[in-house]
Amino acid sequence: MSYKINGKTFNQEPRPGQCLRTFARDLGWFGVKKGCDGGDCGACTVWLDGKPVHSCLVPAFRAKGREVTTIEGLACNGVLHPMQQAFLDAQAFQCGFCAAGMIMTSASLSDEDKKDLAFRLKGNLCRCTGYHAIEDALNGVASVEKDVAGKACGSSLQNPLAHSIVTGTARYTADVKMDGMLHLKVLRSPHAHAKLLAIRTEKAAAVPGVHAVFTWKDVPRRPYTSALHDDYRVDPDDTYILDNVARFVGQRIAAVAAESEGAAEEACRLIEVDYEVLPAVFDPEEAMLPGAPMLHHKEADSRIQRPEKNVFVQIESEYGNVAEGFKQADVTVERTFFSNKIQHAHLETHIAIASKSEDGRIHVRTSSQAPFQTKAKLAYLFGIYPEQIHVYAERVGGGFGGKQEMLCEELCVLALLKTGRPVKWEFTREEEFIGGVSRHPMKTSLKVGAKRDGTLTAIEIRVVSNTGAYGNHGGETLGASLGQSLQVYRCANMKGTGYAVYTNIVPSGAFRGYGSSQTAFAIESIMGDLARKLGMNLFELQRKNIVVPGDTPHSIWEGPSDVEMGSYGLDQCMDFVEKALASGRGSKKPEGNEWLEGRGHAIHMHDCIPPTEQRSEAHIKLRADGTYYLTNGVTEMGNGTITSMRQVAASILNTTAGRIEITIADTDRTAYDTGTFSSVGTSVSCKSVSLAAEILRDNLLKVASEFTSTPLEKCRLVDSEIQCGSRKVTLTELFASVPDARHRLEVMRKAYGSPRTTCFNVHGFRIAVHRVTGEIRILQSVHAADAGTILNPMQCRGQVEGAVAQGIGGSLFERMVFDANGKMINPTFRNYRISAFADIPRTEIFFADTYDAYGPLGAKSAGETPIIPVAPALGNALADATGVRFDSLPFSADRIFAQLAEAK
Amino acid sequence: MDLNTITEVRRPSKADEVKKWEMGFAWLAGGTWLFSEPQVNTHTLIDLETLHWPSLTASAEGLEIAATCKVVELDKFTAPREWTSAPLFSECCHSFLASFKIWNEATVGGNLVMSLPAGPMISLTSALEGVCTLWPRNGEPRKMPVVDFITGNHKNALAPGELLRSIFLPAGALKKTYAFRRFTLTHLGRSEVLIIGTRCPTTKEILLTITASTLRPIQLRFQSSPTAEVVKSAIEKAAPIELYLEDTHGSPAHRQHLTYYFAEQIRRELTA
Repeated sequence: MSYKINGKTFNQEPRPGQCLRTFARDLGWFGVKKGCDGGDCGACTVWLDGKPVHSCLVPAFRAKGREVTTIEGLACNGVLHPMQQAFLDAQAFQCGFCAAGMIMTSASLSDEDKKDLAFRLKGNLCRCTGYHAIEDALNGVASVEKDVAGKACGSSLQNPLAHSIVTGTARYTADVKMDGMLHLKVLRSPHAHAKLLAIRTEKAAAVPGVHAVFTWKDVPRRPYTSALHDDYRVDPDDTYILDNVARFVGQRIAAVAAESEGAAEEACRLIEVDYEVLPAVFDPEEAMLPGAPMLHHKEADSRIQRPEKNVFVQIESEYGNVAEGFKQADVTVERTFFSNKIQHAHLETHIAIASKSEDGRIHVRTSSQAPFQTKAKLAYLFGIYPEQIHVYAERVGGGFGGKQEMLCEELCVLALLKTGRPVKWEFTREEEFIGGVSRHPMKTSLKVGAKRDGTLTAIEIRVVSNTGAYGNHGGETLGASLGQSLQVYRCANMKGTGYAVYTNIVPSGAFRGYGSSQTAFAIESIMGDLARKLGMNLFELQRKNIVVPGDTPHSIWEGPSDVEMGSYGLDQCMDFVEKALASGRGSKKPEGNEWLEGRGHAIHMHDCIPPTEQRSEAHIKLRADGTYYLTNGVTEMGNGTITSMRQVAASILNTTAGRIEITIADTDRTAYDTGTFSSVGTSVSCKSVSLAAEILRDNLLKVASEFTSTPLEKCRLVDSEIQCGSRKVTLTELFASVPDARHRLEVMRKAYGSPRTTCFNVHGFRIAVHRVTGEIRILQSVHAADAGTILNPMQCRGQVEGAVAQGIGGSLFERMVFDANGKMINPTFRNYRISAFADIPRTEIFFADTYDAYGPLGAKSAGETPIIPVAPALGNALADATGVRFDSLPFSADRIFAQLAEAK
Repeated sequence: MDLNTITEVRRPSKADEVKKWEMGFAWLAGGTWLFSEPQVNTHTLIDLETLHWPSLTASAEGLEIAATCKVVELDKFTAPREWTSAPLFSECCHSFLASFKIWNEATVGGNLVMSLPAGPMISLTSALEGVCTLWPRNGEPRKMPVVDFITGNHKNALAPGELLRSIFLPAGALKKTYAFRRFTLTHLGRSEVLIIGTRCPTTKEILLTITASTLRPIQLRFQSSPTAEVVKSAIEKAAPIELYLEDTHGSPAHRQHLTYYFAEQIRRELTA
């Protein structure tokens, strides 16, 4: 008997403990994905004799003599399965990493099954879409619009990789085979704080198949930060590739490169380490006290401000005079809020593959949001000329900030340099939790003063941010927490104090919302308290105090800023949400006196570009066949920038998006791009495309005008040809006819992230709360976004839906939990629940009608920020329903029920 | 996931082919838990699939469920009409955190042997007065009620190498009326509390089985129609706060709170 996959017979035998997932991949079926490897996420769903199973849980030997069908076997003779077509038509994916499994599950459902999608899809997690588009696909709703020349901007065009995603042929980082590839695994610290006294690797090195074992003695002793910023100096140099001090449970201690993952794991288990366990501190307030264990004994050039107090960065600033402001206040409100540590949970874990070409150059294939920063960092760490390093991302399976970090590439390069063999390191899901990054938990104390009519007189904020064992993104998120969520309010006096504090917990990092989410939760909640105290409606209170066109927004800082409201749709967004909540739409409150009902909302204004350096460069050229070739360094991980870029270029070149081929995220093939984070996909990266496309269009017209001797004003670019007076010249003909002018048909432009325009988001909820059990049911969810021109309505909706779903998870149940020794107790998807289909209501979505003065074609950021007002909107709805203010996230039933005894 | 420490898979046709039990052996049923976590202390898997035990055997005495019966088979089982509590089969199958896809592989016995408080097959078989048949590696088969088989969170009465062969549900229990309550922190998530009450149509005796909220099933028997106070104090006595589970699916205080709340609802429903 042999194995049969997608109708093909294989005589290879799996290893005894091998699961079907990796066996299928070994045989070349890369459509079978790994999201969790533990049966929770469903990304690896295949059919076994026609029944859907999670192939990561199926012993491979049990597939013998049975029919295995993967996503690659679903289409028949090149014709897509109806479910693949439905996913294509609804664009029921963003990063696409879950799509194969989602489609395999969906395609197995009967019409009867489809009546209960919440149940049928509970075993398929999607972190990007918020499930609405998936529901559409299952209901046969099509959203994709036709690609019409000149109409690209504003059309719901499909992702250029869509077909490869629904057929399982899109190549994510792991989906390559390389001869001689070694696998890397690491040994991680069991202690939250410990010094390595001795480390013995002889037994590990003797394991058959092991090629190299690395400890702190084998790595360049160069301090760096894993955070990826253009200006590395905003983060501290507090990290070594491998260190002789462990500062959190899960910190990597040693690495092994071996012929197989199994050999590397065995070797890791055989490494003997003598630790001197040191006292650890987990609470940032305690960490700042005298006598607290000190994490980093570093010099000033590490840029740690106060290592003796475990403070990486301390910020203190005042705009106006807060003391005076409070004197003028008739009413003050004060409260401290706590935000939770949550994980990105992008379905594709961190992964990198380093290899060398014959010319000696190093190639790093990676799942990164910032390949150019990774390249610079690798060059620095290993003392290699940057030209010798090539970093690229092909298709990235989600990021949300988690991949604005170099967490695996450096060990792969280290092992490559030692062994000369290609080296791959793929994080497990557990490693993602215990060795990746997560959102900064912040303690936010706020005091707000107002006159009786609601006019704000003073805001004072104190933020204590837990950056964890390392300071990556600690300073920038702290800065954001003291700025972005406050600047939406006009208040003459604002003062802030902030501390980014080291503790012995897994490091925090960049997370969608980047410090703003935490403060928005606090400020929007306390505005709810203030409204109640003043007896005002929250909308009314906000309208009295929000910035308006013509204002120069500020927060706690004096001095100039390059934030500039290039468009303003906050008023529209507030109106949309207020009207929707008053409409009576949505579900009714469940019957019974135990159910309380409440409404709440929150607003947010966000800078579309970070304060750090941000630039992007687009190259675009006409090719001999009359199509265009566009390159830009942006990363595509479900953010949809690749789709938007083609639309921007197509719109300006008056053609179809289909005529524009695009290459991205490759340090060899595209020009420098700072990275894809902080809402910049549209506002900076697409901006470079619009600038370049405009020049190319102008040049095309000029060249055509000269070539046909037609006055320029009589030349018009229409799809694949140029109308020159009464004569038509095709782009192919033009290209062939003007060899001397070709340099004018290839242009480049850079966009720089200044001034920084702002976008707005308002979220509203109507909820029911069970006063005994603490259960919260969302009856209505409404979101309004001001993203300027909507380049792609379907895609923008999808971004909002996904962000809202991530926000709901983080507000209602997501929580990384640690034991008394700093060990995370729930590093799996079954114990760290992310939103599943059943958890997410349909959100009504509205877009403001605005045109941004700075963004490309009037567009601005859409994807990052909808998450931000979700938590405070829920908190305000909860307070409205119960009369109780809940100040600590998440609002899971077991955390709120006790206080509900006080409910009104 | 790949279990890279496994060096051998045995597929016996009879369980007693495995005479000598060694450290590092593991019986493999559906594999849905074994393959969900690294098993670094295991080197040999012994497949139960090749034993071909009949999954479900119904008789006038009751229902024999083989340990290897797949969850999906139990969910689809059509019970005789007089088995009035049989709808609990499906209720409990739907109480898995795991997807229906996992049911295609996961087994009833595997769920019991895992002995997690939230194991819905534990809830089902303990509430329906199930009795386990255990096969020690050496010696005679022994029988034990499910409520005694589960001894704690991830703990049970199995000796090393001992097999759970089957669970027998007596017809008497299957002919009772029942009430079911469950709560999860996330929609369709893992049970934070799962309580089943059954009532004997002849004696009117009420059997209350508390699972998921406590480390092991708590079963309380009440003659005819107990008052709210009687039920509450019985629970208090049987389940002090230390017996409530603490994990990310619920806090002990909330689990206790819900246990009282739902137990009272069940009492009312069954005595109405």
